[in-house]
Amino acid sequence: MSETIINVKDFTAAYGENVIIDNITFDVYKGEKFVILGGSGCGKTTLLKHMIGLYRPANGSILIEGDDIAKAEGQERIEILKSIGVAYQSGALFGSMTVLENVMLPLEEYTDLNKDSIDLIARMKLNLVGLTGSEEKSPSELSGGMIKRAALARAMALDPDILFLDEPSAGLDPITSAELDQLIIQLSKSLGVTFVIVTHELNSIYNIADRVIMLDKDTKGIIASGDPKYLRDNSEIPIVQKFFKRQTDEQLDS
Amino acid sequence: MTKPHSTTSPPSLETVIEDNNTLRLKIKGSLNAYTTAKVWENSLLALKTTKPSQLILDGSEIDYCDTTGIAFFTNLQIRQEQSGGTYKVEGLSDEINKLYKLFDPEELKQTGESDSTHTESKIETAGRLGVEAWEELQINIIFTGRVTVALFKAMLRPDKIRWRDVFITSEKFGANALFIIALVNFLVGLVIAFQSAVPMKQYGAQIFVADLLVIAYFKELGPLMTAFVVNGRSGSAFAAELGTMKVNEELDALDTMGLDPVPFLVVPKVIASVIMLPILTVFGNLFGLLGGLVVMFSLGFTFNTYLNQLTIAATYGMLLSGLFKTLFFAVIIAGVGCLAGMRAAKGPSAVGDAATKAVVVGIVLMILVDGIFGVVYYILGV
Repeated sequence: MSETIINVKDFTAAYGENVIIDNITFDVYKGEKFVILGGSGCGKTTLLKHMIGLYRPANGSILIEGDDIAKAEGQERIEILKSIGVAYQSGALFGSMTVLENVMLPLEEYTDLNKDSIDLIARMKLNLVGLTGSEEKSPSELSGGMIKRAALARAMALDPDILFLDEPSAGLDPITSAELDQLIIQLSKSLGVTFVIVTHELNSIYNIADRVIMLDKDTKGIIASGDPKYLRDNSEIPIVQKFFKRQTDEQLDS
Repeated sequence: MTKPHSTTSPPSLETVIEDNNTLRLKIKGSLNAYTTAKVWENSLLALKTTKPSQLILDGSEIDYCDTTGIAFFTNLQIRQEQSGGTYKVEGLSDEINKLYKLFDPEELKQTGESDSTHTESKIETAGRLGVEAWEELQINIIFTGRVTVALFKAMLRPDKIRWRDVFITSEKFGANALFIIALVNFLVGLVIAFQSAVPMKQYGAQIFVADLLVIAYFKELGPLMTAFVVNGRSGSAFAAELGTMKVNEELDALDTMGLDPVPFLVVPKVIASVIMLPILTVFGNLFGLLGGLVVMFSLGFTFNTYLNQLTIAATYGMLLSGLFKTLFFAVIIAGVGCLAGMRAAKGPSAVGDAATKAVVVGIVLMILVDGIFGVVYYILGV
């Protein structure tokens, strides 16, 4: 697990004058489940949106399998985007299409498979995330957990090398959330997909993360990185301790 | 497992027909979403033409296979089993086999059949449409009642009205619309004057273009043209605003705070509309007549002659009867827009649908009300 698949170097993110993330560098290795942590407003989603090429970095570079996603244009950019899949926080399923059509869309656009084959592949992806039986439903008929799973199925449609998940278990009940964690572990094992996950659900982090980085709002940088259980037990940084032990300042002092 | 990109070379297929009616498909190379199409089609074709009693899939030389490849195998398996033959896979690597085991072909087979949809008869359709129309009417009556009650309550307690919203809406609804109202009415006035000047010339009655224009404008064109433009601008905006609030659950939030959205959101808009639409109509009338002035100039009349003819033809009754109607138009624009927004459904097209509905229903209702006023004014002799 030493081959680098994503390389973020000297990366700075800013909205105008307002710097959100200041000069961070890290690597994501092939096949690992990499989690980006941090309190609310520390720039986790901002970092993710830069990694998937929605925003351009104020400084530095983000290499996906060796190609700079921020500098790529036209066909080159599309090739990079085809190697990644993104499941958005809200699901972002297209409301005018059924769940099945949502999953079929990338396959229809980018492959020359015929309609029946695409239909079957899309059904298989939905089967994989446990949505068999909901193919013909419209996204507005799905529950929160089902939307997240359908979004994951769409993100996996082209069997991308890297899957980016923005808060996959936010707002889900513990059982659904645990099921989703299991699904991620299974997919990682059987498909060899690299996962980059933004979350602050502690249980999910312990369950799935091979490695985490923790962003900090005040220093605007990475405050800790490594195995989450090791960080929980050994980190001496107060913010990291508070985060992992779900404590406030008072609790920590006493 | 190495992951090839979409640029990998396509896999190859070798079909061998063995004795006792067995078809062996030998696949070499990488199977992913970009490369599998050809092999898939050819395999199905081979299966169709040979109709073997046994199908053997030889995967010993597959170097990479993702879920697209698995879908391909599953598809072959389903087809073969449907035609009553047997199916066997040989030589898949452990990794691919594990992936294959994730799916149950039985489950995928069943999903192909969607539940039968019930088709309704003509009588059922008529019944459904009737019930829907009745419900629609009820909703509109209830909403009209709610707005009326809220308006009366607001009049009794003017300090409770959200005046800030009234002023903001007045600016957007009224002041910002002035330019487009002026332009549209000026052009319509100009066109009407010009078109009527041509036949009038035959009778040497060109001076009466002024009479025609001022009567038409004060009584009908000014109020209607202005209301239509404002309906397109602001009625749709109200619907979009409230529709977005509905989609974002903001209306539910108001509801759970015990706040009725009607006095909170609708009343300020109705008040602003009722204040601004008559004022806009006055400007609309003025610019319509200015359009006529341009034509009259071109026909050789002076400004004074035109003005003189206008004052002879026009009465305060005409002007006020036209302006009185705009009060009703204003309530329609704001009310219909807000109602369409509040009733927006879920989903991305909901807000667009609400805006469309607001404009269409608004126009129809305004013409209807205008017709009623026409009859009433005729009877009253206004």
